Amino acid sequence: MNLQETVDQIRKKFPDAILEASSFREEDTLRVRAEDLLPLCQFLRDTPVFAFDYLVDLCGVDRYPKEPRFEVVYLLRSMKRKAMLRLKVALPGDDPRIGSVTAVWKGADWMEREAYDLLGIRFEGHPDLRRILLTPEWQGHPLRKDYPLRG
Amino acid sequence: MANRETMIINMGPQHPSTHGVLRIILELDGEVVVKATPDIGFLHRGLEKLAESKTYHQCIPLTDRLDYVAGMSNNLAYVLAVEKLIGLEVPPRAQAIRVLLCELQRIASHLFWLGTHAHDIGAMTPLFYALRERDEILFLFEMVCGSRLTPSYFRVGGLAQDLPEGFEDRCREFLRGFPSKIDEYETLLTENPIWIRRTQGVGAISADEAIQYGLSGPILRASNVNWDIRKAYPYSGYETYEFEIPIGTNGDVYDRYRVRIAEMRQSAKIVEQALDRMPGGAVLADNPKYVYPPKWKVQESLEALIHHFHLASEGFPVPPGEVYASIESPKGELGFYLVSDGTPKPFRFRIRPPSFINLSALPKMVEGRLVADVVAIIGSIDIVLAEIDR
Repeated sequence: MNLQETVDQIRKKFPDAILEASSFREEDTLRVRAEDLLPLCQFLRDTPVFAFDYLVDLCGVDRYPKEPRFEVVYLLRSMKRKAMLRLKVALPGDDPRIGSVTAVWKGADWMEREAYDLLGIRFEGHPDLRRILLTPEWQGHPLRKDYPLRG
Repeated sequence: MANRETMIINMGPQHPSTHGVLRIILELDGEVVVKATPDIGFLHRGLEKLAESKTYHQCIPLTDRLDYVAGMSNNLAYVLAVEKLIGLEVPPRAQAIRVLLCELQRIASHLFWLGTHAHDIGAMTPLFYALRERDEILFLFEMVCGSRLTPSYFRVGGLAQDLPEGFEDRCREFLRGFPSKIDEYETLLTENPIWIRRTQGVGAISADEAIQYGLSGPILRASNVNWDIRKAYPYSGYETYEFEIPIGTNGDVYDRYRVRIAEMRQSAKIVEQALDRMPGGAVLADNPKYVYPPKWKVQESLEALIHHFHLASEGFPVPPGEVYASIESPKGELGFYLVSDGTPKPFRFRIRPPSFINLSALPKMVEGRLVADVVAIIGSIDIVLAEIDR
């Protein structure tokens, strides 16, 4: 399935979800609306033509000083089709929040905790959103671009 | 009815079976684990942050320090990502050497796992046997790049230098003896009744659960999932080598052992094929914009010296964009997600660490089992904390 077919298939169910579709080095990326993310992920996993059963990676990107400042990047894979798709969601800098996908892929649990720990993105509905790499009393989120490299 | 109280026990961070600094908070009912909460991050060095302040070449030594028992594989995953970002072709000789060294690295990593894992469960001898063969591989690495654990041998566009003289003979000598050494390990463990009772049916995870958790590597294949990045998304010419993907059936500790043993045999086969076909030619791509000039040229020509200086001090700008490249490392799918803004330094340097994601399924595997099984299960996941904590 090429990028255009993917977009067409998704638009049948979610007409306004996709803001932008692009392809770079044969990797397809969809920029999607934050409010559509959770149902879209569920749809992509459960629809047989997509069958994205495997969450490869989930991470945050800080685009400071641009606004919307944060991006959460989801890399999905269908093992049956050997296909991959990247989803991106843009989040505002003052209060970055997005629904957790742990109910769709359990593997998202620790990756969301890491994005919360290092970038301060809140995942709503996550079962146990605590810091994971840093100590609980740590101040700030080190992967943010305005966090100094040395203390 | 009596009030059943549970007890909280800390396992680690300084515990020999946690293979580094992993702390697990165990809630116990007698000797049965009710709940397990891993606590990680003791080895966090902020590699992803650090990399954002370095040029693309300067990041290579950082990758050595992820999974330090498989430095070559980390190097490969990273340089593949950079090469994908700039669209660089690597000469066939460099590709064959990369495959050769990464398969040796897989054997070395599995040997280290085998020795320590068996030792955790109480078998002392395999550790001595396995480290004996692993050392031979480390000697080969030392010949190639002067380092045993932190090679930093791969470069964007190829390799730092060609294989040294005498490498092939020594490598072939190792390969001649190695299959019988694997038989030796197997006589100690495969049908050993103590080993079987400690591992069979322990820590089992089904295929569906393994996929749900995003597990990868031998632990995924032991759960009867035929998935290997070398076959699914071949890189560095893996599609031209003949090898099989060993898979298990039950997904327990014993099957993970069987899968890794079989993988070592397959890796030895790949190394042999790489030696047999070893193409001639350069080990660095001819692309002066991104690739260092050869060392002899730097010593003879002023232009080459200036060129080298520019690349080393300023780095090279790469096209803006983002890529994800992954390899089948000994631990699982090791991926690098690079975001470039067109400058010589990565804007975002994300590592997809297989150990981290595999460890996240630990609570699922240990709950309801005995404390002694926790030791066996941690060993069977094959974690390296430096990669988990980054």
